[in-house]
Amino acid sequence: MLLIHCPYCEEDRSELEFRWAGEAHIARPENIAAISDEEFAEFFFLRNNEKGLTYERWRHIHGCGRFFNAARDTVSDRFLMTYKAGLPKQQVPETGASEKTVETYEATEGDAR
Amino acid sequence: MSGPANNLGAFRIKGAGRLTPARTSRFTFDGKSYTAMEGDTVASALLAHGVHLIGRSFKYHRPRGVLSAGPEEPNALLDVSRDAARRQPNVRATVQEVFDGAKISSQNRWPSLAFDVGAVNNLMSPFFAAGFYYKTFMWPKEAWTKIYEPIIRRAAGLGVAPTEEDPDRYANRYAHCDVLIAGAGVAGLTAALSAAATGAEVILVDEQPEVGGALHSDATTTIDGKNGFDWAQGAAAKLKAMPNVRVLTRTTVFGYYNHGFLGLAERVSDHLDRPGRDVPRERLWQVRAGRVIIATGSIERHMVFANNDRPGIMLASAARTFLNHHGVAVGRRVGVYTAHDSAYEAAFDLKRAGVAIAAIVDCREQPGEAVLAEARLLGIDVLTGHSVTNTGGRLRINSMTVARNGNFDIRKIKVDALIVSAGWTPSVHLFSQSRGKLRYDEAQQRFLPDIYAQDCVSVGGCKGTDDLAELIDEAITAGGGRLALVGENRFDWTGGMIGAGEGAGPDTTVKAFVDFQHDVTAKDIRLAVREGMHSIEHIKRFTTNGMASDQGKLSNMHGLAIAAEMLDRPIPKVGLTTFRAPYTPVTYGTLVGHSRGDLFDPTRKTPMHDLEAAAGAEFEDVGNWKRAWYFPRRGEDMVAAVNRECRTVRDVAGVFDASTLGKIEVVGPDAAQFLNLLYTNAWDTLKPGKCRYGIMTREDGFIYDDGVVGRLAEDRFHVTTTTGGAPRVLNHMEDYLQTEFPHLKVWLTSTTEQWAVIAVQGPKAREIIAPLVEGLDISNEAFPHMSVAECTVMGVPARLFRMSFTGELGFEVNVPADYGAAVWQAIWERAERMGACLYGTESMHVLRAEKGYLIVGQDTDGTVTPDDSGYGWAVSKKKTDFVGIRGLKRPDLVRDGRKQLVGLVTNRPSDVLEEGAQIVADPNQPKPMTMLGHVTSAYWSENCGRSIAMALVAGGRSLIGQTLFIPMKDRTIAVEVTDTVFFDKEGGRIHG
Repeated sequence: MLLIHCPYCEEDRSELEFRWAGEAHIARPENIAAISDEEFAEFFFLRNNEKGLTYERWRHIHGCGRFFNAARDTVSDRFLMTYKAGLPKQQVPETGASEKTVETYEATEGDAR
Repeated sequence: MSGPANNLGAFRIKGAGRLTPARTSRFTFDGKSYTAMEGDTVASALLAHGVHLIGRSFKYHRPRGVLSAGPEEPNALLDVSRDAARRQPNVRATVQEVFDGAKISSQNRWPSLAFDVGAVNNLMSPFFAAGFYYKTFMWPKEAWTKIYEPIIRRAAGLGVAPTEEDPDRYANRYAHCDVLIAGAGVAGLTAALSAAATGAEVILVDEQPEVGGALHSDATTTIDGKNGFDWAQGAAAKLKAMPNVRVLTRTTVFGYYNHGFLGLAERVSDHLDRPGRDVPRERLWQVRAGRVIIATGSIERHMVFANNDRPGIMLASAARTFLNHHGVAVGRRVGVYTAHDSAYEAAFDLKRAGVAIAAIVDCREQPGEAVLAEARLLGIDVLTGHSVTNTGGRLRINSMTVARNGNFDIRKIKVDALIVSAGWTPSVHLFSQSRGKLRYDEAQQRFLPDIYAQDCVSVGGCKGTDDLAELIDEAITAGGGRLALVGENRFDWTGGMIGAGEGAGPDTTVKAFVDFQHDVTAKDIRLAVREGMHSIEHIKRFTTNGMASDQGKLSNMHGLAIAAEMLDRPIPKVGLTTFRAPYTPVTYGTLVGHSRGDLFDPTRKTPMHDLEAAAGAEFEDVGNWKRAWYFPRRGEDMVAAVNRECRTVRDVAGVFDASTLGKIEVVGPDAAQFLNLLYTNAWDTLKPGKCRYGIMTREDGFIYDDGVVGRLAEDRFHVTTTTGGAPRVLNHMEDYLQTEFPHLKVWLTSTTEQWAVIAVQGPKAREIIAPLVEGLDISNEAFPHMSVAECTVMGVPARLFRMSFTGELGFEVNVPADYGAAVWQAIWERAERMGACLYGTESMHVLRAEKGYLIVGQDTDGTVTPDDSGYGWAVSKKKTDFVGIRGLKRPDLVRDGRKQLVGLVTNRPSDVLEEGAQIVADPNQPKPMTMLGHVTSAYWSENCGRSIAMALVAGGRSLIGQTLFIPMKDRTIAVEVTDTVFFDKEGGRIHG
């Protein structure tokens, strides 16, 4: 179970108190009624789903109730930092944590070929 | 019959072991009675009585005995019961402690363990090679579900699952600590002493009944000048006395998850003769540790050679444990087959205890000098550069066949037990679960911890530290304290091998078992490689090597080595399968804890629940809510009750509990602006004292929720949501308020449980409530349809809504939840006298369908727009922004031919359609037919005197008046498409 730092409560709390809320830093267009189909698709449907460093939103739903942003490494499942909603995308300190930590099917099968 | 009650077994060695005969217990194995000593496992007790045949193997039904003395046991799996309800299959005999009265049975045999019909599989084994099931039961396809699967299912698995409900209680605890130490052998205890001295909060965990780890098997190691095992018990006593230390024995760290989170399973009472009712059977610990010290030691491997699975063949360390801890000799004339010095020490101990050692067969040319010298001193034959190439015996080993390596001259040596060792595999399971990265130690042929992913450190055997002094040093360092501790052992060990031994190579077809529990042989692994499996993940799944409940603790390294040899590639290139939790099997009871029966899930009840139950209500589950479904009177079934309720509401009136509807209080100077953005409707035009039906869409334009919103003041709205949608609607609102529209001054509060809501619907509704309402004129002129006001009802502050989900004159009385029952009772007393009824959710559904009112989630499915459902009027044309405004303009949402909500009436009025049934234009078209849509709601309407239905149909509104068809299993039903209002089309009644 993950340990998540709520930037509002300023405490590490158990994952049970939080709910994931999708990719971060996708702002709703101010002129949303006027944007093109392509722009709407880009805004609403398309997500990066990156391996490694990912910016995402979480809500401290069973705590203070606030939405906030987090930088998480999807390979190590480590939270690199969390910060308040509305702040710009933060630079993550270099950790090099994104390297492959377990043998995967792709890796071993790739070697086998 | 076995001997007298005090017969502790013919293989007990006087003076050996640490058990005392002060307390004994009786148990039965396959109906025969035996005596055990306190501290015996089922395995040690049976071996004490010379019982080696304990089970039959999974696939070939080969006779099997005890292989190990610990949790890695793959063979000796038994069915253990305390009473009829307390029976557990697949219990490891080497882990389960004997309790008095235990009834123990062997598994996977019929009719008896010694004569097992299934053993014919062993003769058929050429047909049962790896992948046999995958290849054989392919054809004909139909035979799979009818013939193959039932037979395979019956034959598969070892034990039989219990049929009765588990009567035991399982507990659950959370804990935090600075340091958690997994394993209480020399390394774990030393680390605990060191860490505890710093004042840190320490939890020390060990899976055995008492601490000591590998010292259980040992007799010669000294620590701090004392016998090693005695030192360990003393250290544990000292730790237990410290306020900052918790020592958990009989507890397995089964999982190491993110951020120092660990799962522990504590076996609290399985070893007790008569567990009290106040103790749970097992306890789940969920621990968040600041730091973890992994001291899980290592596990001895078996040798892979022909017929290496007969009862009487076991790990050398196991034989040593049975002797030095339980005082049991595993045979009278024991052979040794080894690639590692450690097995010599087992031979020395046995020899000194008076057991004959037939020979030590060592496949190495050069074993350690020290052990060789000691063997000579004790007069034990050592055959270096020799291997055991076969064994004899049916239900127990009676001989080993020995040959010089590379030579065909064989000789048979009589033995009644054979102890084996191929070396030691570090237990890197927890390290690996923590997502640490392993490296391959080429020299010692083992995987060791390399890159740590969490705040943890491995010490001792699981880190590959073989030297005792070095091990103690690193454990002290890991603990972070200071400690002076000297340990001495007699012999330093060398050696080890992985893969198949002599006589079991690729040029042979012998049965040399790699994985005992799944009957996987070296040959099977080679076959998998020949059939094209090149990744260890594929080889594992094709052969099922390491996939049994022991998770390959003994077999994985051997399997990997055999595969690597066949592939002619270095071991790290073939890969290592992932170590997953749990480390050893964990019962469902432990994981479930108290969450069963009534405590499985919370139940939400409205304030009027008990009154409804007393009135005879049947309840239905709506989310976690219990909602009154219908109120049958004497002799009524559901249909009769619902018909009566529906009729009565329209003829007189009905009282309905609407408390479960979600309620959100939206307050603030920008509240109207906020609702304008969240709902499709316009809210700034709604005057205080009025309410309006609102639709909420998602950004994609599809209906998300609906409900009536009342404006109590300029800056205060009482929003209602669907019963199931309340939490997600609040989350949705909070999301927009906090992140997209944070400039709006609005505060949101969930008030669902603050208000009890009593709906009174029907022509007499006003007459029923009028005398109870104070401070408000509720006449039609003063308080018309869609009004809301604050007033008092029976002196209780209330919010009164004039609204209707039935199409009748209706009110919804909101009072604080604590007053719900009293107000309900007062209203019902008046209503009952006037001939009204109580009605439940089923009648509510029918009544609203008669009026064509939508239920979000029933008549919509997340792909329906307001216009699709006929509610296009609820979308404001004037607003420049709301959530969904752009989505609604998407090409697919504005095209012709979308599915639209329409009414359906069957040609035969008595036919009630099935919800979910598909609709076609031409029932005679060839299959697959073109389906136009489906029925979303269908009921018998007593008020209309016929069945009614709603459906989503492509281009539905343009088909009104036409006939469509609903093909059912036994017939085709013709329906006419109509609008969605079936009763009171003019809508006059609501304004009554």
